[in-house]
Amino acid sequence: MRGNPEAHELVAPGSLAAVLALLAESPGEWMPIAGGTELMVAHAAGRLDAKKLVSLWGIADLRFIETRPESFVIGAGTTFGDLRAHADLAAELPLIARAASWIGAIANQNRATIGGNLVNGSPAADSSPALLAYDAEVELISVRGTRRVAYSGFHTAYKRNVLAPDELLRAIHLPRRFARHRQYLRKVGPRRAMAIAKVALGATARVENGVVSEIRLGAASLAPFPTRLHRAEAAVQGRRVTGETIEAARSALLAEARPIDDIRSTAEYRRRVGANLLQEFLLELRVEPRP
Amino acid sequence: MNNGWPTIHLTVNGQSRAIRTPAMKRLLDVLREDLRLTGTKEGCGEGECGSCSVRMNGELVNSCLVPVLQAEGAEIETVEGLARNGELHPLQKAFLECGGAQCGICTPGMLMAATHLLARNPHPDLAEIREGLAGNLCRCTGFIRIFESVIAAAAGSTQMRGEQAGHAR
Ligand SMILES: Cc1cc2nc3c(=O)[nH]c(=O)nc-3n(C[C@H](O)[C@H](O)[C@H](O)COP(=O)(O)OP(=O)(O)OC[C@H]3O[C@@H](n4cnc5c(N)ncnc54)[C@H](O)[C@@H]3O)c2cc1C
Ligand code: FES
Ligand code: FES
Repeated sequence: MRGNPEAHELVAPGSLAAVLALLAESPGEWMPIAGGTELMVAHAAGRLDAKKLVSLWGIADLRFIETRPESFVIGAGTTFGDLRAHADLAAELPLIARAASWIGAIANQNRATIGGNLVNGSPAADSSPALLAYDAEVELISVRGTRRVAYSGFHTAYKRNVLAPDELLRAIHLPRRFARHRQYLRKVGPRRAMAIAKVALGATARVENGVVSEIRLGAASLAPFPTRLHRAEAAVQGRRVTGETIEAARSALLAEARPIDDIRSTAEYRRRVGANLLQEFLLELRVEPRP
Repeated sequence: MNNGWPTIHLTVNGQSRAIRTPAMKRLLDVLREDLRLTGTKEGCGEGECGSCSVRMNGELVNSCLVPVLQAEGAEIETVEGLARNGELHPLQKAFLECGGAQCGICTPGMLMAATHLLARNPHPDLAEIREGLAGNLCRCTGFIRIFESVIAAAAGSTQMRGEQAGHAR
């Protein structure tokens, strides 16, 4: 333990409105802390720069899963344990629960929030590929009001995003229109539990009369932040999944991927595995789904 | 200087406690230093090893990653709360019986993770036990004896009970 608890102020105003008022008073001065599974690790290592922290833990307005006719709305303070336990969500959008089961083990999942995962913005964030594949939108909130942006536009650079200093992530909106899509999520890493992904791919696609009418590909660790693979999507969209299509999609992915080299893996390995995962998904699309 | 410290209220193993402490102090340190409950161990200090696992409002958490202010008002269960009236908890007995504990550093966390697992799923299969304990690392036992201990406790082996009296100091 290198951090000094007395060097940081931590307050818990207890309601969303009170937190937003505090953020608005002096934008940029307060850092939100939800489950703390990123920030307390930084604190332990003595590299938590924020001097003032405001707790989001226990705020009911941030921890909920709402089922609407057209969408699921997930509060940013919802834990991965909550997400795994929600039967309707798991049945309809199964990639979410599967990703949630990867975020460390049980004790971590009971604290780690989906909002913290997205705002922390690791290129390897495990919830990101599924959210990208499901065309998620994020809802941001401040005393100025709320706004919604496509999740695919949320991250702007390594660990950067579109949040203003007085804003919080309030919720994630997941459209309920994937029941007839083919869905795919695979993470490649050293160990299933407790291991950061080297590469992960989430995908949804609609195949009608043998033609891919809709496809979304979301990748972790194929860029400095989680990203859609728009060029690879374009190579498949409107086509039959032939060997040629697969080759074109692989090439497109290799051309657009900009993975980083780090201690977990090399950029070259990530690109090749990313292309292989895409190929695996596309080959699955050729097999007729079981009724 | 500590005038700015909040008073934190916890119910620890059924007892109400109030502690004045920096808000960012880890629940782990409050348990060990302020409350002298040193059963909860620190291994990695960063969420990886599970030796600091406790239950907070019925949820398994790593106490090294909980700033104590976020535990305000919470019910905390630690390894010290498992034994009742000098009688070891069935899981504790099973760990002794089956060789689930060697050096003992991981044991309090393993016991809390196993307690949490059995509270939700009284008869887990091996895969469920592995998942339930996946966040708890052990450098001594090779895990198999720990899994066997959990299976034995779940089975509620009665034979175990008599034999344990000798170990239970
Ligand atoms: C042992 C261990 C294993 C892990 N394994 C994985 C893994 O396999 N995959 C993975 O992706 N991650 C993993 N993580 C990382 C971490 O658990 C996740 O990123 C988690 O989702 C972070 O959420 P949190 O609530 O704990 O974040 P915090 O630490 O509380 O916050 C993280 C960041 O998000 C900001 N923030 C939080 N909520 C909001 C909000 N509503 N609005 C604005 N900003 C906000 C904070 O200011 C901070 O910058 C692991 C961590 C540990 C300790
Ligand atoms: S000491 Fe908390 S998880 Fe290792
Ligand atoms: S018994 Fe020694 S670490 Fe598990």
